[in-house]
Amino acid sequence: MNFQLPDIGPVIPELVMTGLALILLTAELFIKNKKVLAFASSVGVGGVAFTLIGASGTTFGGMFISDGYSTFFKLIFFINAILSILISVKYIAIEKVNFGEYYSLILFSTLGMMIMASAADLIVLYLGLELMALSTYILAGFIRYDVRSNEAALKYLLLGAFSSAFLLYGISMVYGLTGTTDLKAIAQFITTHGLTANHSLLLSMLLIAIAFGFKIAAVPFHMWAPDVYEGAPTSITAFMSVGPKAAGFAALGRVFMIAFGSMQFEWTAILIPLSILSMAVGNIVAIAQTNIKRMLAYSSIAHAGYVLLGVIVANNEGLAGMMTYLMIYAFMNIGAFAVVIMLRTEGFKGEDIKDYEGLAKTHPLLAAIMLIFMFSLAGIPPTAGFIGKLYVFMNAIDAGYTWLVIVAVIFSVISAYFYLRIVMYMYMREPKVEVSISTSPSMNLALIVTTVAVLAIGVFPSIVVDLAKAAISGF
Amino acid sequence: MEQVIMNKLGYPILSTLIFLPVVGALLLIFINRSRELWIKWIALIFSTATFILSLPLFTHFDKTTYKMQFVERYEWIPAWNINYYLGIDGISVLLVLLTTLSSILCILISWNAIKIKIKEFYISILLTCGAIGGVFCSLDFFLFYIFWEAMLIPMYLIIGVWGGPNRIYATMKFILYTLIGSVLMLVGIIYLYLYAGNTFDILELMQKSYPYQVQFWLFWAFFSAFAVKVPMFPVHTWLPDAHTEAPTAGSVILAAILIKMGAYGFLRFSLPLFPEASKAMVPFIFVLSVIAIIYAGLVCLVQKDLKRLIAYSSVSHMGFVTLGIFALNSQGVEGGILQMINHGVVTGALFLCVGVIYERTHSRQIADYGGLATPMPVYATFFMVFTLAAVGFPGTNGFIGEFLIILGGFTANKWAGVLAATGVIIGAAYMLWLYQKVFFMKVNPKVINIPDMDAREIITLTPLVILVLWIGIYPVPFLDFMHPTVQHLLERVNAGGIQETTIAKTIMEVVK
Repeated sequence: MNFQLPDIGPVIPELVMTGLALILLTAELFIKNKKVLAFASSVGVGGVAFTLIGASGTTFGGMFISDGYSTFFKLIFFINAILSILISVKYIAIEKVNFGEYYSLILFSTLGMMIMASAADLIVLYLGLELMALSTYILAGFIRYDVRSNEAALKYLLLGAFSSAFLLYGISMVYGLTGTTDLKAIAQFITTHGLTANHSLLLSMLLIAIAFGFKIAAVPFHMWAPDVYEGAPTSITAFMSVGPKAAGFAALGRVFMIAFGSMQFEWTAILIPLSILSMAVGNIVAIAQTNIKRMLAYSSIAHAGYVLLGVIVANNEGLAGMMTYLMIYAFMNIGAFAVVIMLRTEGFKGEDIKDYEGLAKTHPLLAAIMLIFMFSLAGIPPTAGFIGKLYVFMNAIDAGYTWLVIVAVIFSVISAYFYLRIVMYMYMREPKVEVSISTSPSMNLALIVTTVAVLAIGVFPSIVVDLAKAAISGF
Repeated sequence: MEQVIMNKLGYPILSTLIFLPVVGALLLIFINRSRELWIKWIALIFSTATFILSLPLFTHFDKTTYKMQFVERYEWIPAWNINYYLGIDGISVLLVLLTTLSSILCILISWNAIKIKIKEFYISILLTCGAIGGVFCSLDFFLFYIFWEAMLIPMYLIIGVWGGPNRIYATMKFILYTLIGSVLMLVGIIYLYLYAGNTFDILELMQKSYPYQVQFWLFWAFFSAFAVKVPMFPVHTWLPDAHTEAPTAGSVILAAILIKMGAYGFLRFSLPLFPEASKAMVPFIFVLSVIAIIYAGLVCLVQKDLKRLIAYSSVSHMGFVTLGIFALNSQGVEGGILQMINHGVVTGALFLCVGVIYERTHSRQIADYGGLATPMPVYATFFMVFTLAAVGFPGTNGFIGEFLIILGGFTANKWAGVLAATGVIIGAAYMLWLYQKVFFMKVNPKVINIPDMDAREIITLTPLVILVLWIGIYPVPFLDFMHPTVQHLLERVNAGGIQETTIAKTIMEVVK
């Protein structure tokens, strides 16, 4: 028996991440001060980011690939993980759930996302997805004594399992038709056997699209999102509004572009309605929300609609637009959630948008920062949110989807209404209740990083755009 | 391609006048909010310095060429071929100066009127003025759009935080109207960028010609943004609300410079980029302009609120501007540009004047005043000058602008000229009626003891009086700025020589 150890070069980041998560899980038993864990995990993730430099190539018989595309997404996941950890430290103490597993679970979930981004095989993709999802289910229900948190976890679990079933069904049908789960091999089989018009294949593609639709919370597969986002600990809401969504897009982009590359016409026909519905439902329903976490949940649904435009374009430029958008979205969305968390103090939820009334008077700096995030989410320059939208729109118009962009910009004007309503509450109303804020050094750091990033990318978009272009060049 | 004259002054003048206010705003962030006087003085010093540093634009401007001047160009976002590209020509130079002047006036008039969130207020004013300056100087569409939209953020706050009772409705309406227009323009800009081979360079885009079909759709995309800003009938309804509810400084910014961005957009982009489409749309624009002139004028006659009346008069006056621009002859276009400046000066001044008495009485109702000339003779004199200028009385700047526009309009289409002229009569009716009700007749007991203008207020209004009379009596230095640029523009639009009748030429000479 000739056994050869696979080349582990490309998976070093994943291995280090696994090790880090396991060490932290063990160390948690001995460390009383959980802040140490937070520090260790965020620095550790930063360290893992450096191992990305050396990792490139394919391994495990072509099942795992580390390329520019996956590396860029892993950067998004790391930013997401670090920022989420930074905003959690004080928050989970206030919620009285200051357990060390919290940080390990974030790392495991991030590991799952990394595997998803690097999956060149549907089975690996599924493994990564489940690792990510299972860790996030637990995190969503982390406030054990809170009914809403339990409800969120259960709902997330049930609908997540439901979507996994769709994915598995789709994968098995693809396997049945093509005899392989390798993305490149599937593509080759489809073209050589002329399967592009095969109805079963179309059905399997549709099933896979539905599964990803759940993960990225695109309408009509979004029903779980508002409840889960509202019920989960706010720091986890921030985490999963960016990470799993970005991971879903990473997988969606790779599977559809590579495995179903020859069926672009069919899958764009599936994704266009998803995109329009997401923008429409997300933006319009957000207007009616009174809970800011729910509002941001609907906003995140709407943003999935914009990002989908990047996939619909179905070329490398489109993917670069999608990646840029997600990177920017990570900063501005976590930044907004950070502000939401700061309003949570002992005995005060701070989740009602009425709690923001007069914030500019009581806490002017925090209000100004929230203003920047709100304008960025609305896509108004000179903030990063505008750059994300512009890049996606540019690619879509280039690909001939001008009408779709017109739809998108009209919905983005509608979105301005509810984002600016928060600004209006903060600046144009008098404070009704005494709102105090919970500050901590790590939170301040997170706010500084996100604010600077949102403004810097807004004025010097080259930072991200060039990176995304370079990342996609070898795709 | 070297169609531009680089900046030869010792300092980057256009960047300075855009970013010096921004620097001032950043500095204000670090000032303790309890030091209110410091905040005011820093804002004033920065805006005054900006104005003084922008004066070489007036003195060193080369009036013999249509080329872009004081140009600065640096690479910015190579991935998208975007440059930091600034320059001005005869269309923009006066608007830029008006912007820098307005910011000083806004700060002076708000000195005592703004009592809450003082720090945020002056930051917002400085940022708005910087961004609007950027709009007039940008020669790169991306840069232009950034400034065009960035201006909304502080403006949203100015109206919404320091405005009148119905301010939140007004500011939301303002921002949503403006945004819907802007995003459609964004689609147009991106389309143009891709169509022309990945360039946002405005001058380069103007070198190319586009098929009529493309021009047609792009014209409408841009029209949606500019028409809302101008504002043209029937998308003008945000303006009366925003003008009325905004604090005095906000109304001045809106009236003097912000709504000029729309008319500027027509001149800078719509005409030279889409000449055939523009020409085809002339009848349509004429109809809308004439409706705006007459309808808004009639609406003014029934207003009970001072600011609302002036707001509607803005719509009417801007109708003249669009009429002049789309007359597509040199009198019309030059009249249009001059009228933009005039309207900025006069309407800005009228809002400042309303601010002066609002600060004293906290009422905008015309019925609350009467006989104001008795307690406030100096004020009454100032108001008289601006009223006459708004009416278009000979000897004031309003006359020159409206005369040129009606002349241009008449040359292009007789009926448009005739109907626009009736708008002047309506204008005289409502303005003089307003003046009579506020300043003459029986002295209203509510206002019998209010003090006349103080030195600060006189200093604020004096430059505007000077401009009203200067442009009114000797407009040549101002018109000289425009000639080459307007000629060049019209050559491009008409592409077959300029329609300039001899009669019109003679009358022009008489005017001068």
